This record gives sequence, structure tokens and C-alpha cells, in this order.
Amino acid sequence: MFIINCPYCGEREQSEFKAGGEAHIIRPKQPTELSDDEWAEYLFMRKNVKGIQFERWVHTHGCRKWFNIVRDTSNDAIEAVYKMGEKPPTK
Amino acid sequence: MTKNLRVKTSKFIDETYKISFKFNGITYYGYKGDTLASALLSNDIHLVGRSFKYHRPRGIMTAGSEEPNAIVQLHNNTPRTEPNVRATEIEIYEGLEASSQNCWPSVNFDIGGINNFLSPVLPAGFYYKTFMWPASFWEKYEYFIRKSAGLGKSPTEPDPDIYEHKYIHCDILIIGAGISGIIAAKTAAKNGYKTLLVDEKPYLGGSTIYQNSEHFKINNQISSSWLEKEINEIKKIENLEIKTRTSVAAYHGYNFLLARENMTDHMPLEQRNDKIRHRLLKIRAKKVITATGSLERPLIFNNNDRPGILLSSAIEKYANFYGVACGEKNILFTNNDSAYETAISLYKKGINIEAIIDNREDIDSKLIKETEKNNIKVYKGYTVVDTSGYKRINKVSIMQLSKDGQKAIGPKISISCDCLGISGGWTPAVHLFTQSGGKLKFRDEDQVFIPNIYPSDQISIGSCNGDFTLDEILSTVPKTLKEFLNLKKTDYEDLEIKSSFNKSKRNIWLLPSDKVIGKTKPFVDYQNDATAKDIKLALREGFRSIEHVKRYTTTGMGTDQGKLGNMHALGIISETAGSKMSELGTTTFRPPYTPLTFGTIVGRNVGEYFDIIRKTPIHEWHVANKAEFENVGQWKRAWYYPKNGENMHDAVQRESKAARDSAGILDASTLGKIDIQGTDASEFLNRVYTNAWSKLAIGKCRYGLMLNEDGMVYDDGVTTRLDENHYIMTTTTGGAATVLGKLEDYLQTEWPELDVYLTSVTDHYATVSVCGPNSKKIISQVIPDLDFSDENFPHMSFKNAKIDKIKCRVMRISFTGEHSYEINIQANYGKSVWEKCMEAGKEFNITPYGTETMHLLRAEKGFIIVGQDTDATMTPIDLQMDWIVSKKKYDFIGKRSLYRSDTIREDRKQLVGLLTENPEEVLEEGAQIVADIKKSPVEMLGHVTSSYYSPNLKKSIALGVVRGGKKMMGQKLIIPMENKQINVTVADPVFLDKENKRLNA
Repeated sequence: MFIINCPYCGEREQSEFKAGGEAHIIRPKQPTELSDDEWAEYLFMRKNVKGIQFERWVHTHGCRKWFNIVRDTSNDAIEAVYKMGEKPPTK
Repeated sequence: MTKNLRVKTSKFIDETYKISFKFNGITYYGYKGDTLASALLSNDIHLVGRSFKYHRPRGIMTAGSEEPNAIVQLHNNTPRTEPNVRATEIEIYEGLEASSQNCWPSVNFDIGGINNFLSPVLPAGFYYKTFMWPASFWEKYEYFIRKSAGLGKSPTEPDPDIYEHKYIHCDILIIGAGISGIIAAKTAAKNGYKTLLVDEKPYLGGSTIYQNSEHFKINNQISSSWLEKEINEIKKIENLEIKTRTSVAAYHGYNFLLARENMTDHMPLEQRNDKIRHRLLKIRAKKVITATGSLERPLIFNNNDRPGILLSSAIEKYANFYGVACGEKNILFTNNDSAYETAISLYKKGINIEAIIDNREDIDSKLIKETEKNNIKVYKGYTVVDTSGYKRINKVSIMQLSKDGQKAIGPKISISCDCLGISGGWTPAVHLFTQSGGKLKFRDEDQVFIPNIYPSDQISIGSCNGDFTLDEILSTVPKTLKEFLNLKKTDYEDLEIKSSFNKSKRNIWLLPSDKVIGKTKPFVDYQNDATAKDIKLALREGFRSIEHVKRYTTTGMGTDQGKLGNMHALGIISETAGSKMSELGTTTFRPPYTPLTFGTIVGRNVGEYFDIIRKTPIHEWHVANKAEFENVGQWKRAWYYPKNGENMHDAVQRESKAARDSAGILDASTLGKIDIQGTDASEFLNRVYTNAWSKLAIGKCRYGLMLNEDGMVYDDGVTTRLDENHYIMTTTTGGAATVLGKLEDYLQTEWPELDVYLTSVTDHYATVSVCGPNSKKIISQVIPDLDFSDENFPHMSFKNAKIDKIKCRVMRISFTGEHSYEINIQANYGKSVWEKCMEAGKEFNITPYGTETMHLLRAEKGFIIVGQDTDATMTPIDLQMDWIVSKKKYDFIGKRSLYRSDTIREDRKQLVGLLTENPEEVLEEGAQIVADIKKSPVEMLGHVTSSYYSPNLKKSIALGVVRGGKKMMGQKLIIPMENKQINVTVADPVFLDKENKRLNA
């Protein structure tokens, strides 16, 4: 079980949080302009990498805020935590 | 008569404290400090159980938690009974009752023993191969296989004991209180760290504490005396907590560990009442020091499983710690120096040793010299090729080993004995390290896996790190600790060590016999009866991966998880397949390290604490009025109110009729309620619902359908505009939390620019719904000040009102199709409003109805229930609810998905009404719907989602989803049931009052 450093509350047990899938998938502003394939790309396609992954998490049993984390899926090390709307860290 | 094999007093055993216990119905005696195993051995009992597959007699093999054979059932046929308890771990107490497992009628005469003679026809994969055909017979086979599977009996009565969970946070957790763990604990605690030291045993000091040989000294003191002083010292350190009888079960990421603290298993039953039996410790440690020691390896040779064959280190422990001789004619068989330590211990206790068989040829060490000095015969370069004795070993046969170790040569020598100690060297206990995600490396020189890459802030020290000897431990552990804890100095810098152990070892995974392997039984996994032969067979049949071989042969799959034999299995695979050990890797070590009881895992979450129970503010009234309840999520909802012994059907028919004839009342408090405020609230609703919200006037209500982004119906409910920028949304009972979560998600991540605030107010309001033609008369009595005329208060509108002095919100909305009102009031006034309505409705026969009647009434009207008539594959179009999907809105959640190539297919499953040919026949929900029963295979068009007998329409009605159903209006379909076919006609899903006359009446 990880410890996640919620950007609003600080370090908490993973059981207080819920994962929300891959981060930085932006809902298209004009969905009607998209072809079926383009829409399907947004709707269904998600990465599942071994290594560094950008993820959305929400502090369900806490402040209820969504935020992003950078997690290494091979060892669950959380490399960075940042608020929604903030630029992902580059390294 | 049984013998007494207690040899010399041991300070770990209190001989003034005699304890009686029963084994297989016979009373024996032991002393305080004994385990069941040591007490049985002192009574000369080795035969404890039968093996799983061949029912071979098996005895005690070890003196610890790795025990594969001596597992017993405690207190059979009582609520406290427990199977698979290791006799080597359970401490005896007055009144202990244990019995053998896996044997019938008794351990001495076991019918299943016939399997031993059938063993040539019971190879690995026997069950897979035999019961494959004919496939239709499986059900018959299964009954017998299930009956013979499994070890021990699970309790059938509720567990009388109490269990609990506890969180512990510490700077440093040390697992294992052997010499390395004690050194680590003192070093960490003395340097100010909040330290926790745990050990599975009831005492501290590991195997060093009963090591009383002159050959192992620290600062000129015998190692056990030196360690005893250290232990006395650490007991006084304040920031060091010590927990014995505490076994770490799991080591997860981020240094999160689970341990079981055993509080009462060593006490007589009558002392256990009201005490906590096991405590599951959830430990979060900043740093972890693993000092779990090592397990002695057995040797794999023909018939290596007989009662009386033990690990050499176990024999030593029984002699030194418990003062028990395991036999009167002992033989030791070894490939390393450890057995000589045992020999010297036995000799000092006056226990007879017949011979030592050492598979090494050219060896010499201080320990060997000392042994030979005591006139103990050592056969160098020999191996055991066979043993005999059915229920107790009585003879070993030995032969010389060829130079390459592959053959037994020369004449066979027989030596009689009643106990054989075996030592195959040591395996570091790396189970917890690998559970944590650690990577091992293989050390070729002594053929062991040792920790290599640490995934978290942790370190392995002592023999679990491959440092086996006293001098290795005392030279490496302090150094490692200094680095790990960032210290300048430890108390253990200039120790003077004497250690006479010679590290030479001749590792042969499978020792040869004079017989061909097919005629031998060299057991690798004792509990599951997997032999070296089985492993070789698996390889011949094409299995290569260690994980596959494990599952095919069941090696390492018992309650002991193959702690003894797994390394040999790997070794045999490596040799047979010609692959390197380092490349083979090990099978995955999974938690728990030793079995946990279900009670420990569940803790306090039993009975009424199993899950949260949510009750509405009106709950007590429903109870007082004899309602039956149903669970809706965590809610208890009144289901129906049986009167005068009515059954459910009759009650529901009566309630449904009353609601339409006069008046019904429903507790709707469980519906989810979300308070929505902010200047962009209308825009927000526009985006999350399929229909348009901008033009909804203040004081009006509107039904909305919420989709997922994939276009599928997700939730529904009525939302009311309370003010310009203030709405109250209702959701389904089950969807309340997820809907709020989803809305928050969109607000925070997709549309942070919107000024909208969401608050869950589900628990803040009680909701009383009164429906039926007389509802207006009833409510206007409860709220006399309000103008209930249709002009002032039409359907789908809302009013602020007061009942006495209490503010409430009244909505004229309906889920039944009847003229109806919902009163929302502060939760603590809910019951009194309900009672007021009941009082006012008396003259109209107001009838409380439950969820079942609610479902029936809405089905008559063709209203859907999300989750019953829909699953995650229904769009609003599929539900024939096109009217609720706005054509004008540019976007809303799920809109784009409504015209994907898949969602516009005309042959999707669509919601329709179904009428049975015989109006009295009620369909079963979930029944399949077909058009052509003769076509093969029969094509399933859909299924029935809701079905009732309508007392108001006096016929059976049903909703269902049917492929292309929209275009099938009037068409006849078939519902095939087990013994009959039911003919149905596709109909409009609205069965009652299509014109909404009753709503507006």
C-alpha cells in the first residue's frame, strides 16, 4: 500500500484515495467535429506502461480533490505529485 | 508403555509445572515451555499424521514454523477447533486436545494408506489425466475428489474468540530476534530510533540462545551467555518495543507490513474468555531490518520421509532447548558441518549416536575431530540409499558415493536406528524480502539465493542474508547497521570471536540410490507428496517454467508452502533441464508466511459490524409496523408491510392497489441528494444531463438522464431549481456517491472555470412521498397554509413551506404515475412528518408501501429503474427515451457517443413492454427471450428486466430488452422456461395512463 502525498492534505494511506486512470487526456472541446475513430481514441485508448506513468488520483476519503501523480509502475515509486492544471514535471 | 525421553533439565523448561494434554484421545504429560511436538517426542511419539496423497505415516520433522508433516487438528468438534496447526509451534497448556489429520479411522491404521501401494499409478498430474474423460462424468468424479481433498476440518460453529486490528508506526522494525536481530534492536534503539522488534517464537535469542558449545564464543563467553546479557539489556530500553509470538505475515511496498500477534493460543481455554486471541498488526515502518534467519535443508534420498527422520538442527533444539532426545539410537546424515554441532550437543547430553554419514570425502575440521574423539563413527563419502520402518524408521542403508556424486557404489551397509537427523546446509529465509519486491541473486559457492536489490528502505542481516556463521554475523552485521542507520560507531566493534565452523559443503540436490529412480520415493515436498520422480516426469512431459512445474506437481503448495523442499525442486529442475539456477529463479513467495486464521484477517468486522448499515430517520416506524426490509447498497429500506400474516405477493398487491385507489406513502429518504450552487449551476446541469436546463424556471422540477461519456445511461433523477443559482439534484439510492464523485471529477478536471459547488445532503433530509388520488387532501391537512391548487402548484413544481415552525420543501413529482407530493424536511423531523401524514391520511386508508410496490407501480407506468432495466450497455435511444435527448445542445456528457457506428445500430437491444398470452402468467426476471425456438443454435434476443402482476390492470406486465425490439411492436415472441414455453407479445412499455391524466388529476 502506497503512501500518497496529497497536495492539499499531506501524506496519507493509499486506502484514502481512488485511482482515476491516465492523466492529461483532455476532453475534446468540439466532440461533434470528431470522426468515430478520433472520438474512440479519446474515449477508450489508454496507455499501460511498465515504468513512468502519469495518473489521476482523488482523495476520496479526505479533501475530495483530484490531482496528478507520476508513478513508476514497476516499483510503485511516486516520483512527483502535482495539482490539476499544473504542468507535469519534466525530467 | 511409552518411554520417557526427557534427558536432562533445560532452563527453558519448567519441570515443576506439569501439564496434561490429549493426543488422539490419550492423555500425556509435558512441562511448561514444551511445544506439542517436544512433549510428544519426550513420550517417544513420532507418528503424528498421514501424508496428503499416499497417506504415508509421517512424523515431526522440524522444530519450527517450517514444519510440513506434524500438523494437527486442535479441539476437534468444538467451536474453537482449528486445522493445520503446527505441532512444532503450539505451546502446550492444560487441557490441550490435538488429533491427527488426513487419516481414517486412525493415524495408526489408515484406510487411505492403500494409496501408498497404488502410488505407481498415481503420478504427477494423475487427477488431470484421469478425470478428463468422459467429460460428462466430471460431476460424479468431483464429489469424491472434493471429499478426499484438503487437510483437516474447518469449524462449523461461530468462532467464540475476539480478534482485532492495530496500526503501528515506528522508525525501525526488526523482524526476527535471533542474534542479528538483538544486535540490530539494541543499536537502533540506543541511537534514539523508535524501534519495534518482533519474533514468531515465545522467546528471544533465536537458535543462539540454546547454543552451549565451547566452540562458539564471544569475548570468551559461550555465545548463549553473551546473548542472554544483551537480551536483558535491551529489555530495559524504553523506546524499544518487543513483541514475541508475533509472526510477520506479509511485507508490502512502502514498508507496510502485516503481522499476527498471538495473544492467547498458549493459554488454557478457560483463561481465554473476553481476551483478544489474535491481533493483526498493520505496521508502517520508516526502515525495516529483516533478520529472519535461515532454514535447514533436508536431503533428498529414497524414503526420506519416515517418522523418526528429522532435520539435524531440530534434533539439536529438542535436546538443548527442550531437554528431549528424539531417539535412543541416533544417526546423522549430512553434507556440511552443522550435523557435528548436533552430535556434540547430543553427546554432552548423554544421548547415544550410532554414526554420522557425511557425503563429503576429504574433510576435516575442529568439529569433526571433536566428534571422532568421542568415539562416534563417521562414514565419510557415503550416502543413505534407503531407509526402512513403516511407522518409525528402524534402519538406514548406506553406500559409498561416486566421485561425481551421481552413483551409489560399493557394498551396502545397514545400520539400525530409531532416529535419523539430516542436514543439507542452510537456506536463507528470504520470503519476506521477496514479498516486498526484492530481487535475489544466486551464490554459486554454497548454492543459495540471497538478497540483492532492495525495493524500499530496508536491509537483510545475518543468516537470511547468507551470513551463516557466528564470525560472519558478528563481523558483517555491525558494519551493515552502521551504514544503514548512518552511525559512527556501534557497541560491537572489537568483539573477540571463536567459531569453529568449517564452511565446506557438498551439495547434491538428489542423492543417488542403488535402485533406479522409478523404484524410489525421494520426497521433495513432504506435505503434498511430491517426489523428485514427479518433478522429472513433469520435465519429460514438457513443463519448463518453474511456476508450471510447481502447479503440475503441487510442489510447494501445502500449508507450509514448501519451505523445506523448494530449493531442491529448483535444483532438480536445473540439473535435469540443464539450466542455471540463477536463470530459473524461484517461485513467487506469497503472503502469508505462515497461515493466518480468518478471524485475524476479519478482525472486528463480524456480525453487525461486517458492513455499515444505513437507516433512514423513519426506520424505527417501519420496524414498529412490522415492515420487511431489503438491502439497497448499505441502506435498509422497507420492502413491504405484511398485514395479518400476508405473504409478500399479497402485501404488494394490496399496497399497489391502495396507492392508486386512494393514497400510499413511501419513505424515499434514501434517494441521493446533491445541493448544487454557483453562478454556472445551470450551465453545469446542461453539460451533465442529456436535456436542456437553462430555461427551467425557479420553482420548477425536471427529470434528467445522465450518461457516461460512452453514451450509456448512468443515473437518473429529478432536479429542482430552488433559486437562480441553486438547485437540488436527486440521484438513485445506489448511485448517490458515484454520481457526486463523477460530477466533482468533471468540475475539478475538465471545467474548473465553472463556478459551481456540490454538497452531498442525502443524510440531511428525510423524504416522505405521498401519492394517489387523495394525496392532495392529505398533504393540505399537514400543510394547511399552502395553496395546493393546480394553478399555484402544478405537477413538476416545488414550494417552500412550513410544518408547524419547521421549514420544508415540497415537490409535486411522481414516480408512480399518480398525483403525488414529496416532502423534504430536516432529517430529525422525518418521523414526525411521516406520522402526521399517516394521521391525516387515516380517513383515506393511507397505506404505507415499500420498495417492491414502488417498483410495481413505476413498471405499470413504464418508468425505468437504472441498474434493473438498464445495464452499462443501454443508451437513452435504446430505452425509447429519445424525447429526453436534446437536439439543440452542442454538447453534453456522452452526446458524441450516441452516434457512433455501434450506438446507431438498429439491432441493438431496446427496451419494450411484454404482455403474456395468459394474463395470469407472470414472467421470471432474467428469463431469455427468443423468436424461433427451432433454430439451432437458438438465438437469444434479449431478456426480461422487470416483471409483475399488476393488480390495477389485472394482468401480468413485464419490461424487457429485445434486439431490434422497437420495430417489433405487436410481434409474438417466446420465453422458454425449464418445463414450458411462454408466449408473449411485444407492447408499449407504458401500460397505464399513457396520457398522464392521473398525474395532473
